[in-house]
Amino acid sequence: MLSRVAERLYWFGRYLERTENTARLISVYSNLVLDLPKVGFVWESLVNITGFDAQFKQRFSAASERNVVKFMFDDPACSLRACAGSARENSRTTRDLMPNEAWEKMNELHYLLKPDLSSRINRSGRHEFLSQIIDLCLELTGYLSGSMSRKEPYYFITLGRNVERADMTTRVIDVACLNLMGRQAEFDEQDNILWMGVLQSLNAYQMYRQQVQDRINGPEVVAFLLKDPAFPRSVNHCLAEVASSFKHLPRHQPALKAVNRAKRAIGRAVTEELLQTQGLHDFIDQAQADISTTHNKLSQTWFLS
Amino acid sequence: MNLSEYALNPALYDELLTASGRARPGLAPLSNFLRRASPHTLALKRDAADLAIKTLGISFTVYSEGANIDRQWPFDIIPRLIQAEEWRRIETGLKQRLSALNLFITDVYNGQQIVKDGIIPADILSSSKDYRPECEGMRPKFDVWAHICGTDLIRDKDGCMYVLEDNLRVPSGVSYMLENRNISKRILPELIERNQVLPMDDYPSRLFDMLCSLSPRPIKSPEVVLLTPGIFNSAYFEHAFLAQRMGVELVEGPDLMVDTDDCVYMKTVQGRSRVDVIYRRIDDQYLDPEAFRADSMLGVPGLMRAWRAGNVALANAPGVGVADDKVVYTYVPDMIRYYLNEAPLLPNVPSYLCSNPEERAFVLNNLPDLVVKPANESGGYGMYIGPRETKRSTREIKQKIEANPRNYMAQPIISLSTVPTLIGDNLEARHVDLRPFILQAKDSYVTAGGLTRVALVKGSLVVNSSQGGGSKDTWVVMDAKKDKD
Repeated sequence: MLSRVAERLYWFGRYLERTENTARLISVYSNLVLDLPKVGFVWESLVNITGFDAQFKQRFSAASERNVVKFMFDDPACSLRACAGSARENSRTTRDLMPNEAWEKMNELHYLLKPDLSSRINRSGRHEFLSQIIDLCLELTGYLSGSMSRKEPYYFITLGRNVERADMTTRVIDVACLNLMGRQAEFDEQDNILWMGVLQSLNAYQMYRQQVQDRINGPEVVAFLLKDPAFPRSVNHCLAEVASSFKHLPRHQPALKAVNRAKRAIGRAVTEELLQTQGLHDFIDQAQADISTTHNKLSQTWFLS
Repeated sequence: MNLSEYALNPALYDELLTASGRARPGLAPLSNFLRRASPHTLALKRDAADLAIKTLGISFTVYSEGANIDRQWPFDIIPRLIQAEEWRRIETGLKQRLSALNLFITDVYNGQQIVKDGIIPADILSSSKDYRPECEGMRPKFDVWAHICGTDLIRDKDGCMYVLEDNLRVPSGVSYMLENRNISKRILPELIERNQVLPMDDYPSRLFDMLCSLSPRPIKSPEVVLLTPGIFNSAYFEHAFLAQRMGVELVEGPDLMVDTDDCVYMKTVQGRSRVDVIYRRIDDQYLDPEAFRADSMLGVPGLMRAWRAGNVALANAPGVGVADDKVVYTYVPDMIRYYLNEAPLLPNVPSYLCSNPEERAFVLNNLPDLVVKPANESGGYGMYIGPRETKRSTREIKQKIEANPRNYMAQPIISLSTVPTLIGDNLEARHVDLRPFILQAKDSYVTAGGLTRVALVKGSLVVNSSQGGGSKDTWVVMDAKKDKD
């Protein structure tokens, strides 16, 4: 298999996952804001999660709902449209390797996001629109996992998906903690709702409820999202998936070493302590650096130099 | 309106019907079908074809400025028929022609005996912009340079099939030929059976076998790749299609590298892997930035080095363009006599060379009745079509010819033959040409039929798909009656 093809499949996997994640984030935040009418930072923190704060500030002066949603819909760098467009570009030359239906869904997604999206920004139609996007992503993923042979192309897509997931989960945790820390007293009553929002952003609420019997609280939520071995969006689980995909590929030692190191570091986290000492942000920084090292190793090993 | 009301122009040659409106020998099954078919039936067939095009996923995509425009696949459901007996003659003629062209290219880069013997003037070669000094002294395997050729054939009103041009560089269209047959099989299965249409589906495997036979390493499964300029090339669909059908990697320049051992490698997830044969679909000048255009991002640095060292086969070989030149074209019949000692089986369109003073005088005096073509262009660029031009453009072409006579040749206007074509609800006569594909390595092979291109605009002679042309399936049919005798 050509290195270039491997690289494109990996990025296809990443951008597809990012599209789904972004749609879910906007959807969850749109609900969250209804429960927290007085909290001003909600929309801003959505931009924080993408990491494109500077880009946003260049284009808009205020982080109002309309501005943020517009940014997340159509900005050329990090929006839904941009992510779906990149996923499609990366799959275009590799479409022979995936089921035809997946390519058709990819096009459906692209054409859904291509026209002017201003009418979709209003709250009334937004939820349905975002559900449609999430559904298309999941249908596409379903075609891939249901009909692709477990060979190199499938593993590169899976790698992209799990690296992206791990990265997204760390971002969501990071932003949640920045917002929650130091405001404990002020927002105590809403603490519960905010942590629920964090779980919902990652589709983790139900699974968390089944796993953790205690009332919703910060350390438990963060521990679940970082370390739970079974939840598919926990950092630990994503990295385990990455490691297991690596094992199916030739010359995987350096990449496997990097991901195992990242995984061990996650395993050592004591979330209660991290939250109390305000050390969580630094910890997440390190986790993101480890994920990025894993990405670099896999890129050096299998992609075009 | 069906075939009974088909407006035949007796001054033109129709591929299906004689001047008196009867089916040509062996072609009655189709004409009978068309006489009986109601407009409704034909419309249903056309809808079925549209659906087939969608479900077969035949994308005909044109890219411009980084965006893509999905174009309607230009397919006409009424096939163009050729009798098997005539086809056998054409096939032999095409093989003969390509053999001579390959002998010519070998000669051009190895001593130029044909010039020394006074058959072709020396300046025709030295002034060709597609002559590549890098190829001098090279003897590719089997002495074959042009392994894949797409020859354009047209039929004049006298019924004679002429060669219009030989496309030796990177001829395209074969995937459309194959897809057209796929569509026909879905919508006209009973007619295909009744007509005993010769199959053409074996082309990709023939191509693959031919490419494998070029491998410099005598190994059982040589590594063959198809080198494409990438997704933004208008023929990308075809590149992907052929790579998939042959089961070979579709590579771009950056996927390949030439090491200090002068061998070509492709970069794979397993590490690098040696490449034996490259079916290249990019032009000479972009092939290798070390040898040709230094600004080429599409090519592979060192590729010419590897080829010259005999470590990789390129199909078609670099330097073939020297034989794909409108002036050199006029000498092909002479080449056939010279190299093969045979009489040419397929005639050229009569041509006048502006480098010859007598012929030039004729051209300059008869411009309004002629087509004038620059020697080294393709795709209809820079063409002068006498009856359609203004006084000003006639003056301009005169000046150009006088300034650089070597660069121009002229031909009489050929009134291309017609085929019934479904236009709205009606069958109307439209002009067609034909591009069969010829393969040559140790042996030669010709596709049974080829890509028929049709000018969909009434009266138009321009069949290029970029200019409103469409395409038809081409059926080489056995004469059912004759078989029984």
